[in-house]
Amino acid sequence: MAEVGQWFDRRLQLAAPIREISEHPVPRNTASWWYVFGSAALVVFLLQLVTGILLAMIYVPSAGEAWSSLQTLNHDVTLGWFIRALHGWGSNFMIAIVLIHMVQVFLFGAYKFPRELTWIIGVFLLLMTLGMAFSGQVLRFDQDAYWGLGIGASIASHVPIIGPAAVKLMLGGPIIAGATLSHFFALHVFVIPGMLIGFVCLHVLMVLKLGINEWPMPGRLVKRATYTSEYHELTKKDGAPFVPYAIWKDMFFAAFVLVAVAACAVYFGPFGPTGRPDPTIIQTAPKPDYFFLWLYGLLSYLPPSMETPALLIGPVVVIAFLVLLPFLSGEGEKSWRRRPIAVLTVLLIAVILGTLTHLAGYTPWSPRMNAWSGDPVPAQFLRSSTALERQGALVFQVKQCRNCHSLGDKGGLRGPSLDSVAVRLTEDQLIRQVIQGGGNMPAYGKNLSPAETTALVAFLETLHPAGQAPARDASRDTVLREDQEGRSSTRP
Amino acid sequence: MPNENTLSRRGLFMKLGILFNGLVAAALGVPVLGFLLSSVTRGRANAYLSWVPLGPVSEFPEGETRLATFRNPNGMPTDGKTVDTACWVRRVEGDQFQVFAVNCAHLGCPVRWFPQSGLFMCPCHGGAYYRDGSRASGPPERGLFEYATKVQDGLVTIQAGELPTPGASAALVGKKSPCA
Repeated sequence: MAEVGQWFDRRLQLAAPIREISEHPVPRNTASWWYVFGSAALVVFLLQLVTGILLAMIYVPSAGEAWSSLQTLNHDVTLGWFIRALHGWGSNFMIAIVLIHMVQVFLFGAYKFPRELTWIIGVFLLLMTLGMAFSGQVLRFDQDAYWGLGIGASIASHVPIIGPAAVKLMLGGPIIAGATLSHFFALHVFVIPGMLIGFVCLHVLMVLKLGINEWPMPGRLVKRATYTSEYHELTKKDGAPFVPYAIWKDMFFAAFVLVAVAACAVYFGPFGPTGRPDPTIIQTAPKPDYFFLWLYGLLSYLPPSMETPALLIGPVVVIAFLVLLPFLSGEGEKSWRRRPIAVLTVLLIAVILGTLTHLAGYTPWSPRMNAWSGDPVPAQFLRSSTALERQGALVFQVKQCRNCHSLGDKGGLRGPSLDSVAVRLTEDQLIRQVIQGGGNMPAYGKNLSPAETTALVAFLETLHPAGQAPARDASRDTVLREDQEGRSSTRP
Repeated sequence: MPNENTLSRRGLFMKLGILFNGLVAAALGVPVLGFLLSSVTRGRANAYLSWVPLGPVSEFPEGETRLATFRNPNGMPTDGKTVDTACWVRRVEGDQFQVFAVNCAHLGCPVRWFPQSGLFMCPCHGGAYYRDGSRASGPPERGLFEYATKVQDGLVTIQAGELPTPGASAALVGKKSPCA
């Protein structure tokens, strides 16, 4: 056995470098559970490679066939559903782990000298991971993928001058069709994975060459002149061989992550595909995958004037900042205990992304398309109402006001709830608002007859809490009183 | 031993080799780029647009807005259902038509028509439009995309073939239609 090994090694000459790599000394305190995310990301990437190749054996990258080939995978091929689920959940786990890894590296100051390039390549790895997630969602060629491409094309079209060309380049033609899917197939299966493999190798190589970032101690500052010798001193004095001293934690965590991916895959199953990619079926509310939901939410809150600058300049600024970060603060304090702005930045970004993701889960900015026909007017709003008010309630439903305005917590969230609108607006203000719109509400003047408007406003006037009077225009009372007094005084 | 100012025979061949490879790479790069950019560089302007019939005028009652579908004129055999496209046809009166793309002018999601309130509503980010396609509310910067329309031989016909997008909308309808 040993002889066979020697026979190979005389030709390959790999045993010595492998031993050197595995036994290279790492600072003792880096053998920590905080240092396991990078290797876990690598392991999930390998899982994606394997499951991706398996899926490519059945999947058909044709706009006419892709959807059915996914159905075949889900239902006809033995364990096809499981491999799809592993790949889908692996994708979510990979993004999550890459993000956690990035936050840990940032908070531990690992991007500082001499590991600037490791960080920059890491930024590109993050972008490629997101690129894989988006192109993967396209390959799941269903309704969400189709309309998601439309959203992508609309964003691309905002680029000045070359916008229309960028759209055609992205879609591989004038519309979302067969060439679009094939383009994204080439990206998802050849181009981005090829780059990912190359960049991952560089990334890992640099971790080995430059050494793992030592545990940051408050007050131990990084200086370009002395850092390298200090680091070598540290690994010499307080170092331990990576194998087996540190690696067992990486192995445990990687195995745990794989088990978690598999458990999610078994329990939740594969993602979609949702409806057929048929553009004539317009009864659909497309949504992106989980890790792009925040963007979907952001796009609904950007005011129209901000949209183009935010879409075009925003990503450039963010990426430029991430790439330049190690040059802006390449020295100094590493410990997060003494970097309050760094900690607050991470928290702020997490809260923003989390909030937008949460909001995109129930899209309060979208009209509820079926509320007008699906949600009845709650009985408490109709008790002891007049015929005119009931007619108004009918107008309220039929004219789809309910799609944007809720009553009794049911209906759209686009506009304000109208449960107590009569307290906020007087009769005249209600009429004006209904007819002229404004404040993000369409004008209904052309679509309501005077009789309908009268009935609708009569109904809205009843919407106030019991015991609280509706708003009224005080000046109007005065005018009416004066008018009446004037009339009575002129009466003989 | 050649001195530093003279070029050795090997050095010359090395440089010629690099030059030769560079020339070959550039020569091969031209068709590669031409292939990659083919969807952009295709012939004349508006090369993808052509007139497509939506159906006889009688199918669209006056004063109403109906969903119609057409097949994209640039279809390939492998496109499946994706070349079938929907659009909203509004017959204003007589032969006067407005045909809107289903794609929201915000980010392209399919808008739905609600005849009762006379509004198009978008399910994605809450854009809303009036019956004439003008913007009513929400994030869109403009009204719905409108196809150039004409009635020919009793058929409602539109000029279509490109996915309408907010930045590229000028190209969609050519120069004539205001596309507002």
